[in-house]
Amino acid sequence: MSTLEQMYQQVILDHAKRPVGHGLVDLAGSHGHLAGESHQVNPTCGDEVTLRVDVTPEGTVAGVSWEGQGCSISQASVSVMTSLVKGADLAEVARLDGLFHDLMSSRGKGLDDDDAEDALGDATAFTGVSQYPARIKCALLGWAALKDSLARSGALATS
Amino acid sequence: MTTTATVRPDDASATALSTTELAAVRADFPLLERTVRGGKPLVYLDSAATSQKPQVVLDAEVDFYEQRNAAVHRGAHQLAEEATEAFEQARAAVAAFVGADEAEIVWQPGATAAINVVAYAFSNATLGRGGDAAERFRLAPGDEIVVTEAEHHANLVPWQELCARTGAVLRWIPVSDDGRLDLTNLDALVTERTRVLAFGHVSNVTGAVAPVATLVAAARRVGALTVLDACQSVPNMPVDLHELGVDFAAFSGHKMLGPTGVGALYGRRELLEAMPPTVTGGSMVEVVTMESTTYAPPPQRFEAGTQMVAQAVGMGCAAQYLDELGMEGVARHETELAAEMLKIADIPGVRVIGPLGADGAGEEISRLAVVSFVVDGVHAHDVGQVLDDKGIAVRVGHHCAQPLHRRFGVAATARASASVYTTVEEVVAFREALAGVRAFFGAE
Repeated sequence: MSTLEQMYQQVILDHAKRPVGHGLVDLAGSHGHLAGESHQVNPTCGDEVTLRVDVTPEGTVAGVSWEGQGCSISQASVSVMTSLVKGADLAEVARLDGLFHDLMSSRGKGLDDDDAEDALGDATAFTGVSQYPARIKCALLGWAALKDSLARSGALATS
Repeated sequence: MTTTATVRPDDASATALSTTELAAVRADFPLLERTVRGGKPLVYLDSAATSQKPQVVLDAEVDFYEQRNAAVHRGAHQLAEEATEAFEQARAAVAAFVGADEAEIVWQPGATAAINVVAYAFSNATLGRGGDAAERFRLAPGDEIVVTEAEHHANLVPWQELCARTGAVLRWIPVSDDGRLDLTNLDALVTERTRVLAFGHVSNVTGAVAPVATLVAAARRVGALTVLDACQSVPNMPVDLHELGVDFAAFSGHKMLGPTGVGALYGRRELLEAMPPTVTGGSMVEVVTMESTTYAPPPQRFEAGTQMVAQAVGMGCAAQYLDELGMEGVARHETELAAEMLKIADIPGVRVIGPLGADGAGEEISRLAVVSFVVDGVHAHDVGQVLDDKGIAVRVGHHCAQPLHRRFGVAATARASASVYTTVEEVVAFREALAGVRAFFGAE
């Protein structure tokens, strides 16, 4: 497989075409749920994402919805992330965020840790992206939006 | 100088650069020999962002540091004399290259800095600096500054900021669907209230050449000063600033085969003489007391602090290199490459943002080989990545022109651009690679 094909794995192309969680949903914010929204822009290329998160009183991600425009890497990454964090508690979200950042710093080598790669699931498809320094920020855009929307929801302060 | 390429400007039938001439030019650029992405020959189509440098320019910088390095315009020793001479000869070379007098060329770190010097001179004059001489630069609420929707951020944001500081109002000339300036309402836009008309000579997105004569005439009719962003024109076509009749112009060294870190501000002599300084400090003064300071005449008034001497020497060398190559021939080469690039419009799903032909507003050269485009169903970044995999370097993003992209309803485009060393074969390779992009992503 060429490095280009390593970057554009089929799972990435599929997510870019049929993204999960695409289309903003009204924030719940009732029954003790916490809700937050974040808008992130990559100023060098104009990619952007608006992401909303809904957290249960117990600290579980009940839902993520988003809108955005950008390259297949940035859009697929938000999509994969959305599937990954739905139903996860905040500690797990923080762990996944850390693992994905580690993956993006791996220069194409991956994490060399089966447990970690199992946890990341489809997100390991982005290993090839980490060989291209200019594209890493594309893959991280959605994760930045998730982190910021969680902070804005107040869920991080109460957990 | 190693080039042997010469094109007779009077020979209208001459092709741009012959194959032999082009081969000689390419041999002057060491970087073009390298390979990328696992041994693929480099096809560099990003010269509008920054050009590659010929060996003579690299040598000129090295030679300066090895043989002449010293502080300029001070010191009584021989090295100081030689460094000053090299620095001023470079200024003369750049001035001659763009049809200006030496005293009208101010060294700046780049074109962005150069435009900011003019904008801040207006600001300082408005605060009362520069005395009676600076009256022309004084703004009042209700005054207007006119730019165009096609501007690079470097010729837009400094004017927005100047308006915010002074209460002047920013207006702009819109862009037509074909990427050219829409001058339909020019008389309503450029009025007695207009103090500055700032515009790009050649768009770094659409490649369109602006109708300079029309715009200069409109500004003159109302007594407004013109500021020309000449970054894309100076490297690729003959530019004679006196003939164009603009009041100010800015261009960078690194886009015209010269080093980074250096550019030039052109100002008509009487205007530079009347203009208050912006960056102040050493080297730009006459008499300094604890209470106050008088300033040196231009160009030194606008060159505070230790200058980028080696880079200026490199830029002077680049100007000579282009001059010896012959800018008439370079422009024909550009025109030929533009036509080859524009054939991408025939690829299904590819849309060019900018004029497809030479149907300019009476300009002799109406578009250059700067071609931005979008591919249906594939984001510009992804287009660029697939081209890069074949060794083809293009720019992706908004090219520092977000309003122009917004005008066309796109966030990002991919852009191919040429320079003196670009070949038709490279453009053909680009077209062939581009034709395969939609299939790679399964775009329907």
